[in-house]
Amino acid sequence: MTPSSVVAAGPGLLTADGLTGLIFLIMVAITFIGGIIACSAERLIRAVAGLVVCFIGVAALYYFLNSPFVAMMQMLIYVGAVSVTIAFAIMLAAPEEKKKHGPAGPLAGPLGFITAGLCSIGMIVLALKTEFISLPKVNMGSVETIGIQLLTDYSMVFELVSVVLLIAILGSLVIARGGRHK
Amino acid sequence: MSLTLINVLFAVVAAIGFAALNAAYLVWCERKGAGFFQRRPGPMENGPWGLLQPPVDGIKLMTKQLVIPGGVDKALFMVAPVLAMFPAIMSFVTIPFSENIVAQNMNIGVLMIFAFASMGSMAILFAGWGSRNKYALMSSVRGVSQAIAYEVPMLITVITIVMITGSMDLRAIALDQSGGFWQWNILALTKSPLMPVSFLIFFVCTLAETNRAPFDLGEAESELVAGFHTEYSSMGFGLFFMGEYANIVIGSCLTTLLFLGGWGCPFGLFPGVWWFLLKIYLLIFTFIWIRWTFPRTTIYGLLNLSWKILIPFSLFNLLLTAGLLKVF
Repeated sequence: MTPSSVVAAGPGLLTADGLTGLIFLIMVAITFIGGIIACSAERLIRAVAGLVVCFIGVAALYYFLNSPFVAMMQMLIYVGAVSVTIAFAIMLAAPEEKKKHGPAGPLAGPLGFITAGLCSIGMIVLALKTEFISLPKVNMGSVETIGIQLLTDYSMVFELVSVVLLIAILGSLVIARGGRHK
Repeated sequence: MSLTLINVLFAVVAAIGFAALNAAYLVWCERKGAGFFQRRPGPMENGPWGLLQPPVDGIKLMTKQLVIPGGVDKALFMVAPVLAMFPAIMSFVTIPFSENIVAQNMNIGVLMIFAFASMGSMAILFAGWGSRNKYALMSSVRGVSQAIAYEVPMLITVITIVMITGSMDLRAIALDQSGGFWQWNILALTKSPLMPVSFLIFFVCTLAETNRAPFDLGEAESELVAGFHTEYSSMGFGLFFMGEYANIVIGSCLTTLLFLGGWGCPFGLFPGVWWFLLKIYLLIFTFIWIRWTFPRTTIYGLLNLSWKILIPFSLFNLLLTAGLLKVF
């Protein structure tokens, strides 16, 4: 059941379908509002707060899509670790809060909106045209099944994630090393 | 209204009620306990044994003016106390008090509690930064570095337990230990001879994660006034306070479920919610006991303990348990 079908068919708000659609829309709204705050906040720490809201919205969407394990991991890693680390870095690096200043980049203003619009249209067209193959449902978040699946059918993804982490570590090392000689 | 909706409402009210009641009366327990350890009576003016102190305190806090100092980051300042209390209440949803008393049993219950607990450090961060106060900022930096440091050994210890049980379901973990005290994970010496050490690590981490003495560096009165809640008055402060006590209850519940057999009786008799409550209140008493017995440590001592002792030990125990589980 997609949210658009809920809206189009127009079931009563108090039926199960209507409520589900409403909850879905609330989650989407939370995600969007968080994202907008993250992009447009004048103070860095508020941008982090917006990011947290956005992550929570995404976690809620995962939960809504019947994968509580991914939802909880999203909370644990993105809200609990990544955002806290970013906020911590801001605290250590920029003790006095400066508002954003300086000239805006070339993509600010109308050009930015056009780019964003084109990107989203592209994504929407892609999403509508792709024929999604529904994968077999992995057991409701049981750790054992997830572990077995990760190390057998999805081992490629698993390995690629570790490559991403490796790149992140190398990148942070390069930045940190460069900083010492400055 | 359908039956499930009534169930949900009942669960929500019960979770909030249990959290709030405990938060209120644990303050009384704390003050009585402090009095006991320092050879003075503690609160005794309001009601018999001072039992009316928490409601009186609550009325006082709620009727006071909520002062928002000029220059604070108002949005963050207002959001932080709510963030301190909300994850604590959410965690109660998945804690099984006995085989049947649980609001919503999830097969990833352990993960859910840690996911929400990790939001607690956001509250400290926002409070410290939003207050625009040097003491508060110092405190939140301390609080977060402490939370990060102690989350690592705590999670590694939990992984050990999850490996032994093969489940993240708190109910399954507790049922796995039913029978008697020799079945409890703290004494599961055949699975790993280091389980008692593991329990100790977990308990120390719980103390640190809930910002309790001797690890309450975040609110060290002698150095930082009151830490991250220096600028808060009225129920802003009240929510931080209640959040702290609710977190203590959750820490005790988790310790009980993971290591002390949950609602099982030590001798296999009459398992039920009473044993669970007995165990968590004994653990809470230990929390109070430790707080009023040991002096506060230093921030270096705190971080060294975690990174140099607890993490290597818990990693070693993890490897040992994995090896023993594989061999036998």
